[in-house]
Amino acid sequence: MAQSIFSDELNAYISEWKDKPGNLIMILHRVQEEFGYVSREAAEGVSAEIGVPLATIWGVLTFYHFFKLNKPGKYNIQVCLGTACYLKGGDMIVEELGKEIGLEVGGLTEDGRFSLEAVRCVGCCGLAPVMTISGEVFGKVSKNQIAGILDKFA
Amino acid sequence: MIHLTIQGIEVEVAEGTTVLEAARKAGIRIPTLCYHPDLQPFGSCGLCVCKQEGSAKIIRACSTPAAEGMRIITHDQDLYNVRRTILELTMSTHPSSCLLCTRNNKCELQKLAIEYGVREQPFEIRLAEDKKDRSTGAIVLDPEKCIKCGRCVQVCQGLQGVYALEFIGRGDHTTMSPAARLPLNESPCIKCGQCITHCPVGAIYEQDQTDGLMKAIADPEKVVAVQIAPSVRVAIGEEFGLKPGAVSTKKLYTALRRLGIDYVFDTNFGADLTIMEEGFELIERMKKGAVMPQLTSCCPGWVAYVEEYYPDLLENLSSAKSPMMMQGAITKTYWADKVGIDKKKIYSVAIMPCTAKKTEITRDGEHASSSGEQDVDLVLTTRELARLIASRGLDFENLPETEADSPIGEYSGAGTIFGATGGVMEAAIRTAYYGITGKELPDPEVKLVRGLDEIKRGEVDVDGRKVRVAVVHGMANAKPLLDKIREDKKAGRPSDVDFVEIMACRGGCIAGGGQPYGTDDEVREMRIDGLYEDDEKSAKRCSHQNPSIQKLYEEFLSAPLSEKAHHLLHTEYQETPLYKG
Repeated sequence: MAQSIFSDELNAYISEWKDKPGNLIMILHRVQEEFGYVSREAAEGVSAEIGVPLATIWGVLTFYHFFKLNKPGKYNIQVCLGTACYLKGGDMIVEELGKEIGLEVGGLTEDGRFSLEAVRCVGCCGLAPVMTISGEVFGKVSKNQIAGILDKFA
Repeated sequence: MIHLTIQGIEVEVAEGTTVLEAARKAGIRIPTLCYHPDLQPFGSCGLCVCKQEGSAKIIRACSTPAAEGMRIITHDQDLYNVRRTILELTMSTHPSSCLLCTRNNKCELQKLAIEYGVREQPFEIRLAEDKKDRSTGAIVLDPEKCIKCGRCVQVCQGLQGVYALEFIGRGDHTTMSPAARLPLNESPCIKCGQCITHCPVGAIYEQDQTDGLMKAIADPEKVVAVQIAPSVRVAIGEEFGLKPGAVSTKKLYTALRRLGIDYVFDTNFGADLTIMEEGFELIERMKKGAVMPQLTSCCPGWVAYVEEYYPDLLENLSSAKSPMMMQGAITKTYWADKVGIDKKKIYSVAIMPCTAKKTEITRDGEHASSSGEQDVDLVLTTRELARLIASRGLDFENLPETEADSPIGEYSGAGTIFGATGGVMEAAIRTAYYGITGKELPDPEVKLVRGLDEIKRGEVDVDGRKVRVAVVHGMANAKPLLDKIREDKKAGRPSDVDFVEIMACRGGCIAGGGQPYGTDDEVREMRIDGLYEDDEKSAKRCSHQNPSIQKLYEEFLSAPLSEKAHHLLHTEYQETPLYKG
């Protein structure tokens, strides 16, 4: 058998869940935890381990927004487009990131430094518009702050 | 039995019948787009909404079981309005360029739009922008036309067990496509085309190659030789108003000649030849105690499936090529020599009920060119040929009858039943019996392998020896049997079956992916009856009795499984990964 791309812990987890109902989503969560996303290779690995067709796995992966199919950047940017942030100009942040570093929603910069995802609410609407970079929250973001914020993440 | 009232009409139905089926029994048609009698009710289109008297609740007829005493309203103004809105919404994401569509005049959505007199589109039109997928060269996926009913996914997974297609994405952005949005030819797709025949609209269709044939006909350098598969003759008439199962063989020969084709042959001859090779291969395997059971290999959808999903069973697959490929090889060797035509000039065309056949003609490298040239140059489906016939102004129903060209056009009844599930098995038994005993089977009709049961098993008494046979159709139905064969093989146990026929499509080739639309079990049975009728009328019922086959062996091949036969008529198989990209 080919060398597993999964860690021993992940393999143990898969074995534990292999025959339990509802195993697919549990396992995919753990895969994403390990890699930050679910690659095709990883999905194929899961398919072979638990005997669920790759097509079914891909259907689940693309149904839930939670699952990411692309490798995130070193720093993952989340821009909130929930109601409050949207009204306060969340889309301006997305636009500005595009201009500044050529990043689109779902994309990754060429140097692999930043990835961008649009999210619905990060739980601090009072600070709208909000963006987070690798967990750090930036509130009341204005257009001219963005370049400065990005510079903090080298 | 359950008694209920539908639109005031009393009906009695068996337990487990849905409201939709009960209504049909009462002579009332409830509109549907996602429902198909081959598939489990899915409830995605919402058109079959009905009401129960005294209840404001709306139910879906396709997925509601009939219950004692139900009083169902299927049609009133409310329901009309709801259905009309659903139609308008569906049409808001579907192009209305019907004239340019392959399903024009045969589209289930179009039919409903006509019935409901939809003349305006009140909702904003939003069409999917995904590109067409033409990667297979056999099947085209056009996401712009997809109405997301889900039939193709259900067919591909449930009926066929192939899992090439899945709902990818969610909501508005859902597409029916392979995992990772790969092109179809990199997915496990076996090109059976059942997604095409089950799609209610024109979102999936065959790659049209009619131009290829017309170009070859127009080329004075080319001699165009065509072969017609068994199943085409009992279905093509449907495109011209004939009943399913009407046997149109001789009109078809005439139609092909009037299109300008030089020589008209019949794949049934190739089928007889396949039986000789495959039948004697079976005898050989039984005698030698070689790998058993022998699995049939004439269905390219099934061959692709076994190469992907059961590569450990490839040695069980008969090495005999399919009738189409044998016919092609013989056309460019034996026949070419006989009539003194340079094989390089021959353009060999096959009319098939099948989309997978389009890819079969190049699937096995050198074996596909055993004559030195590509043995079969082009495959057209029944639907493509019907379009050609219509566009050339031929009045199909009233065409005179003509015969196929000799000597590779004659066929036995065994060749013709290849198109029905169980047909290859029955034909093989007729000849294998002779091969083993030297005597003819007392009754050539082997009824135990006939019919639409998903799996048919039985024993045939060959001079005291029991030959255990199994017949499966509908790819997903093969899985339990194949798993058992695999298990026995792994454990070193002898198999409990000797010879297995597998066809990818439910009912066999008569319901292939290239056949006229509107196939259900009723149509399948009618087409099958047509083939058995043709068999019954045949002077010769067994492949080995076909005088042209006997002559072919005498003059050219010498004997079944000879070196020459091996070179021209047999092939090899290869393990294929599920995902090729």
